Amino acid sequence: MRIALLVTCLADTVMPQAARATVAVLERLGHEVVFPEAQTCCGQMHLNTGYLPEAAGLARRTAEVFADHEVIVAPSASCVGTIRHQYAQLAEETGDEDLARAAAELAPRVFELSELLVGVLGVTDVGAVMEARVAYHPTCHSLRVLRVGDGPRRLLEAVCGVEVVPFEDEEECCGFGGTFAVKNADTSAAMLADKMDRVRASGADVLCALDASCLMQIGGGLRRRGGGPRTAHLAEILASGPA
Amino acid sequence: MSRLAAWGPPFPAAAREALHDPQLRANLAAATATIRDRRAGAVGEVAEWEQLREEGRRIKARTLGDLDAMLERLERAVVARGGTVHWAPEAADAAAVVLDVARAHGADEVVKVKSLATDEIELNERLAAAGLRAIETDLAELICQLGGERSSHILVPAIHRNRGEIAALFRRTIAPGLDSDEPADIAEAARAHLREAFLRARVGVSGANFAVAETGTVCVVESEGNGRMCTTLPEALVTICGIEKLLPEWRDLEVFLQLLPRSATGERMSPYTSLWSGVAAGDGPREFHLVLLDNGRTDALADEVGREALACIRCSACLNICPVYRRTGGHAYGSVYPGPIGAILTPLLRGPGEADSLPYASSLCSACADVCPVKIDIPRILVHLRGRAVATSRPRAEGAAMRGLARVFADERRYARAQRLARRAQRIGARSGLMTRLPGPLAAWSADRELPEVAGETFREWWAGRGR
Repeated sequence: MRIALLVTCLADTVMPQAARATVAVLERLGHEVVFPEAQTCCGQMHLNTGYLPEAAGLARRTAEVFADHEVIVAPSASCVGTIRHQYAQLAEETGDEDLARAAAELAPRVFELSELLVGVLGVTDVGAVMEARVAYHPTCHSLRVLRVGDGPRRLLEAVCGVEVVPFEDEEECCGFGGTFAVKNADTSAAMLADKMDRVRASGADVLCALDASCLMQIGGGLRRRGGGPRTAHLAEILASGPA
Repeated sequence: MSRLAAWGPPFPAAAREALHDPQLRANLAAATATIRDRRAGAVGEVAEWEQLREEGRRIKARTLGDLDAMLERLERAVVARGGTVHWAPEAADAAAVVLDVARAHGADEVVKVKSLATDEIELNERLAAAGLRAIETDLAELICQLGGERSSHILVPAIHRNRGEIAALFRRTIAPGLDSDEPADIAEAARAHLREAFLRARVGVSGANFAVAETGTVCVVESEGNGRMCTTLPEALVTICGIEKLLPEWRDLEVFLQLLPRSATGERMSPYTSLWSGVAAGDGPREFHLVLLDNGRTDALADEVGREALACIRCSACLNICPVYRRTGGHAYGSVYPGPIGAILTPLLRGPGEADSLPYASSLCSACADVCPVKIDIPRILVHLRGRAVATSRPRAEGAAMRGLARVFADERRYARAQRLARRAQRIGARSGLMTRLPGPLAAWSADRELPEVAGETFREWWAGRGR
């Protein structure tokens, strides 16, 4: 299958290893990955901060860049959620009928990585090997917006050597929330502190999630504190092979 | 113009204060987790819960879509059963009705059922200014009143206090002899204090959980029975009811009396469900006044995205699940409506340019939308109100930064250049030690987290190199 990568501005800039791993996993499964180089940002940050006309411009641009691609994958639940569920609202709020049409046309073609692997390609064992106790943090947008279900967990459990370890209040937000993390930095940090305590108590070696943004929040907090598990995007674990 | 009251500093500053109170954090975490888990159990018992939610949403949408006709129907039904209906465009109008009724009955005090509508219009303060005493009879409201505090939760107003703190407060106020902090002893002290007030009261004041247009029936659900004392013992009863509290028909109660108790307290049914229609000879108050309160609701209704918020039945499930509320508590929201629903309801009721920090008091985690018994899409309305906040207040520095970023993202070459520039700035910053004292939003981030680094090789650089 020919699959277009929607890298997301965040993974492109600060977590390229997650995007490279996405390419590696799909290629290993025999698929062709293409990268439309005109892509930049889906507009999520502008939209969720209230800059609706600016967000609409970026949404139109994203729809245009990916117009000719039948299957699109992103290593991010929140960017896919923005495209699939929020572009329609954005079109309505800005009275942009062209965007409404483009969004409706784009939405069914965009998938978060685990959705593509499990739901579309029907794969749970991607042939990965990694010796680690993994705590899986279901990010808010994968859990409650995309409702990816147990796909990510099944992918992880199929990795040779991975043990998925539970932790308390897994489904609670890590406190990132885009500009929330700076506009309400104290509240965000309080949410993060509880998340870190719980993750550390699990005894995991690796904290895994589907979103670079949440990994940036939790990873940034863990590095500041020192100690605790390292963070890895699901794609990185799935791309790992025998040492 | 008097509107829903809001007070205190913007949310981030108010939250900061609350976050630094470890006792508050502990009280909140424990209490919200208990109610949250109890709700999950009670909801899990109902196989058709999702159909019930959908039905609740549908009934509320139908009501709000035809509100003027429904209100007139309610008025006719109440009047036909011997009640009096008052229309209150604003807070002061509603308070004036209570005052008039109290004066007509020669009362210098009123007993109150727990009611958010009366908190919203600051009824106690307005009555006090006219020399009338309002006695809160809900235990938690009484605790707040005695402590001179505002409520911090829709359903559990004193959730920020633990029993030790409450026992100490009672010793200072109504029960000097109280020598225990056992819940039963605290409740007994409150009972002794309140019983006298019930027996001498001439006027009771209540809110309404529902008002049925078809029959003119008002419904109040509660746990303690003190509300029923207030609605049955006094000779006159004034009910203050937001105009969005209507249900079209009696049979609609079937849906809401399942949705509300399970969502609110995690109970199959509330211990006390009181229903009354006008006045009944020889039973209960001889006079019944229904005050239909607007206080910004008509304006909220005119907001096509926001109007859905008026479907709220004040169960508070969204508060108990909200990771923000669970850490900051209700006072940080500066409104009688805290939590996720408050973050949309307060700015909607107050109007554009008001309470603009509240729609941002959420990480948009969507946990609220999942538990809402009438399926209010709170995250969607939060984003809508953020759009409204930016459009009305036009923040200068932030606006310039956001527009600048949008320009960068509008062209992939400009964007790639910006990535390289950020990488260079970061290297210079790291060398000079500048990264430890960053300006503006970056400082807020780096107080508790390491800054993410711009990769030595971005993905697009890697991809371009790979193709060669």
